[in-house]
Amino acid sequence: MAKAIRIKNNVEEGLFEFLKSLLEKEKIKGVFTLKKMDEEGAASYSLITSVDEFKNAVPLFPYMPVNAGKELSNFTLLGKTEEPIAAVLRPCELRAFVELAKRAQGDFENILTVSLSCGGVLDLNTMGEKNQEDLISKYWDSVKKAEVSPNTRETCQFCENFLPLNADITVATVGNKDLDKEFTLFFNTPNAEEFAKEASGSSVSAEIESNEINEFKKKREELKEKYFKETETDENGLKSLINIFAPCLGCHGCSHVCPICYCTLCEFDSKTHEYPTPSLSSDLQKKGGLKVPSGNLLFHLGRMTHMAVSCVSCGMCSDVCPVNIPVATVFSKVGASLQKEFDYFPGKDVEEPAPQGTYKEDEFTKIGEQ
Amino acid sequence: MNNNMPNIIGFLCNWCSYTGADLAGTSRMKIPPSLKTIRVMCSGRIDPLFVLKSFLKGADGVMMMGCHPGDCHYQKGNYNARRRYVMMNKIFETLGLEKDRIGLWWVSASEANRFAKVTNEYTEKVKKLGSNPTKKEIFL
Repeated sequence: MAKAIRIKNNVEEGLFEFLKSLLEKEKIKGVFTLKKMDEEGAASYSLITSVDEFKNAVPLFPYMPVNAGKELSNFTLLGKTEEPIAAVLRPCELRAFVELAKRAQGDFENILTVSLSCGGVLDLNTMGEKNQEDLISKYWDSVKKAEVSPNTRETCQFCENFLPLNADITVATVGNKDLDKEFTLFFNTPNAEEFAKEASGSSVSAEIESNEINEFKKKREELKEKYFKETETDENGLKSLINIFAPCLGCHGCSHVCPICYCTLCEFDSKTHEYPTPSLSSDLQKKGGLKVPSGNLLFHLGRMTHMAVSCVSCGMCSDVCPVNIPVATVFSKVGASLQKEFDYFPGKDVEEPAPQGTYKEDEFTKIGEQ
Repeated sequence: MNNNMPNIIGFLCNWCSYTGADLAGTSRMKIPPSLKTIRVMCSGRIDPLFVLKSFLKGADGVMMMGCHPGDCHYQKGNYNARRRYVMMNKIFETLGLEKDRIGLWWVSASEANRFAKVTNEYTEKVKKLGSNPTKKEIFL
């Protein structure tokens, strides 16, 4: 059982103080977390190594400006970090980092992962707005009551994997009514237990899974069904699919923010899949009309074959989409069915290879023999 | 040209299926004119994008063909092809696209009969499906 420490403090302040004390005592040499530019407004991910710079860090700020897994991979692309650091990641960001690590794009060594039972993140376009404070306080209210906050991302609203799988330290937030006064830290790994004595709280016996958590999971499962139904395609799905992706500008923002889309040179950023002029004119003659830019559906379906099976449903793609296509919901839905087919859970284990990179001789044996 | 005849793109692996097709030809077996073959060195070379592009550009059917499992000239190419096919099949199924427009068959170099049989059968199947709606679709 994981070692649990209860800290008598507001969860945001308490975690801040805990990380700060680790930094001060030089138990770790840096903290990768969200940091505000000043007291108010927007925050972005930063790797902070000096105690002075830590002052505006907001580890539990309910926004995801980028998927932290993707950014953390930038620091560890060539191997482990030189000094031990702590990284505060949401469960989906942690899963994304696992997916990247298994593709040799990141390294877990020297990183103390701090994650939380996650209530979701708010839509990015509300960050820095006037009503931000109001939204955040409403958000924490719903986290305390273990309710699904309606202002969070769509993918967050139907996310059932809000408990981190392999975090060193887990902060329990969902369903804790006294989050303003006290919260529990779970130290899950032997590596993390060394840090437990730095936390100024009392040791308690507790489990992260509670009735509230299970209820919360159920609520989200219901929402999942609802949202998947909304992107349901009819019998000949082509028309519905075209309707969903018709507004696409072809900016490829969804692939640029996607933590799984790690290729430095994406096939779709080259001219390879752009249709040459003669092909366009021949199509035009046959069809009597042509949408430009063309090839959007090829891009989305093609991207699906590349990454949907490893989709961690972080929702970055929907959030970044300038024309509000529910990219994340469609990809999560396809991802869920692919993951079931290949019996694969993205972000579970660094050692487990991604489905495209492996095969079994005795699977799908009926295919091809008909 | 017969308007009823569908347009099928076939990606044939060099070592088994393409040779099998060759044998079917030299043995003077009847192969429907629907199949337009593209030779690839291995079924593992069939990028899902080739298949998707064929489908979205109006091919009525796409046949992927390779060596039987265990017989791959490159040991494991056809196992990879199989996973890719399963992946595309599942994506089509989830999104409600016509998954029968894509298929995978193992045909060895000596199986001229099987090649003739599967191409004829698949042509009949695609005829029943009718013309691919992507042919007329402007918003692609």
